[in-house]
Amino acid sequence: MGKHTNQFKGSGSYVVSDELRDAVNIAIVLKKPLLIKGEPGTGKTMLAQAISEGLGKELIIWNIKSTTKAQDGLYLYDTVQRLYDSQFGEGNVADIKQYIRLGKLGEAFVSEEQVVLLIDEIDKADLEFPNDLLWELDRMEFYINETREMIRTNVRPIVIITSNAEKELPDAFLRRCIFHYIAFPEPDKMEEIVRVHYPDIDEKLLTQAMESFYKIREMKELQKKPGTSELLDWLQALTFSGIPLKKIAAEIPFIGVLLKKNQDIDTVAEIREKGYSAKRWLNT
Amino acid sequence: MFIAFYYLLRACGLKVSMNEWMTLTEALDRGLSGASLTGFYRLCRAVLVKTEADFDRFDLAFAEYFHGIESPETFPDELWRWLAEDVQIRDGNDKHMLDECLLELEELQRRLEERLKEQKERHSGGNYWIGTGGTSTMGHGGYHERGIRVGGEGRHRNAVQVAGERKFRDFRQDSILDARQFQMAFRKLRQYSSRLEGPRTELDIDETATQTGDNAGRLTLVWEKPRKNTIKLLVLFDSDGSMLPYGRLCNRLFHAVSKSSHFKDLKVYYFHNCVYEHLYKTPHCRKGEWIDTDWALKNLSQEYRLILVGDGTMAPSELLRKGGNSFIGLYNDTPGIEWLNRFRKRYGKSVWLNPIHRQEWDYTYGSHTLGIIKEIFPMFELTVDGLEAGIKKLLSGR
Repeated sequence: MGKHTNQFKGSGSYVVSDELRDAVNIAIVLKKPLLIKGEPGTGKTMLAQAISEGLGKELIIWNIKSTTKAQDGLYLYDTVQRLYDSQFGEGNVADIKQYIRLGKLGEAFVSEEQVVLLIDEIDKADLEFPNDLLWELDRMEFYINETREMIRTNVRPIVIITSNAEKELPDAFLRRCIFHYIAFPEPDKMEEIVRVHYPDIDEKLLTQAMESFYKIREMKELQKKPGTSELLDWLQALTFSGIPLKKIAAEIPFIGVLLKKNQDIDTVAEIREKGYSAKRWLNT
Repeated sequence: MFIAFYYLLRACGLKVSMNEWMTLTEALDRGLSGASLTGFYRLCRAVLVKTEADFDRFDLAFAEYFHGIESPETFPDELWRWLAEDVQIRDGNDKHMLDECLLELEELQRRLEERLKEQKERHSGGNYWIGTGGTSTMGHGGYHERGIRVGGEGRHRNAVQVAGERKFRDFRQDSILDARQFQMAFRKLRQYSSRLEGPRTELDIDETATQTGDNAGRLTLVWEKPRKNTIKLLVLFDSDGSMLPYGRLCNRLFHAVSKSSHFKDLKVYYFHNCVYEHLYKTPHCRKGEWIDTDWALKNLSQEYRLILVGDGTMAPSELLRKGGNSFIGLYNDTPGIEWLNRFRKRYGKSVWLNPIHRQEWDYTYGSHTLGIIKEIFPMFELTVDGLEAGIKKLLSGR
């Protein structure tokens, strides 16, 4: 793939697997959005940042919430403001343009330079949301009815879309994307990731902590398994506290950093004590 | 074009569209497969497969189609041409400098045969002989990026046989699933209406225009209530006894239901094997911690959707006889089946979810009672697909 100039090779602070790197480059060359799925804490959002750093391009983030509509990303026509202005005789009401505000997608479209556009957690929005963006993502253009203006891209942005799989995405949308699933990192990959964040971490501490971490992840009774970011926080806590090494596996100090739910903490304690958990129903 | 692969993928249940196939062709033309079968595998998967639930199906299809990997002459010609072409234009800065690194399967195959003839003893380590470990292109447990594995377990996933490993088996949708997937299914259980109480937060454009006009052009904003889900849900869990093995699964279902905040009302009760006079408030099914089943039938209106979760397997007497309740010290005047019928009559939109696999329903221990219950309630497997089918039933009714 050496002949393509716009090639992503990872960045200094982000460890990228070969598969993911290939997927990114496929998406860039084919000019299609890249859909990234994976467990929370596997660095989906970080990826866009790494691409923007690696390729030296500006990053535009569109955070999706449950109330976000496709139109919000294109532009907003502030009718209420215009009506109020006309009421009180403020501003130039005849100039509709000043009441049009471009959304994140619009911003990415009008940029002179190529940008990286991150549409973060697309599955949070309504089920129909991705379908409403099909045309815009395909053609990279949209029409502003109020000003009879066409917004077109000069250079297609590199579009990264993340999803936590909370909702299934429509087929028509999926067909237009390149897809990659970020699997949870294997221990050796995880070590590499940790070293990027803490280059001078104590060897023995790391080995001990990783062992306990993966043991906890294997407990199937947990409702929310700890992810990469939890591990990083935990390592930091362990390093700062200067806890003796042998205590890590024996006591799992600062477990609250790894597990965010009280029930999970109880479950781990129970499994460690008895070797199993009888918690089948955790509601009581 | 090796179109047979396309049809194989579709035959395996992957919804690959013509568009995606054309995209793959374009990608291959641009040399995105990176001159290796592993690269080709990754490219195909990224372009053609859009959910991790289908990765396993894809792996199976890929392994089947490229099964003759040890005998490269069975490779589709076109694919070979692509791979071969790309070798020549490959970036010279490739990190491997050993001549063997640039070899492809055919060449490897030839050398393997040659070397097998040469080699007379067992080897471990090193970079030439066939053996274990080391960086030779042949043998197993080694570190070469594109080698041929000769027996043994692959230590590193970069052998060409990667697809055969089926490491995404756990993601298959028809397998047992986790809470989030259940939750996803429950989101489909909704019926919207704006005739509910709640704050008025949405701007009613038409009404605003009318009222502003009536108000001689002075702006009058009118807000309306957003539409909300009106579904009420009653869930009854079989707890303890024969359900113990399915505890974790039911627990996840329970969490998915209770986390789904979009229901207008949600009631959860428990029963032991079959429903009798009482519904328990906790999964421990303790005497006294209950409500009268009659009370529930009377007070929970017909618009509730009912989900029963249980294996439906029990002693026939527990279902069919008076006094069949297996709880010592409790005698029921009405047989369990009568209670089930009452629920079915009251709640037209009801389903039974069974953690036992569908294909075992006719043979499992206790299949007699399971069969009877299946006649009363539409029964579905407790899997993502089963739950989705059940929810469709709950929405559409009979």
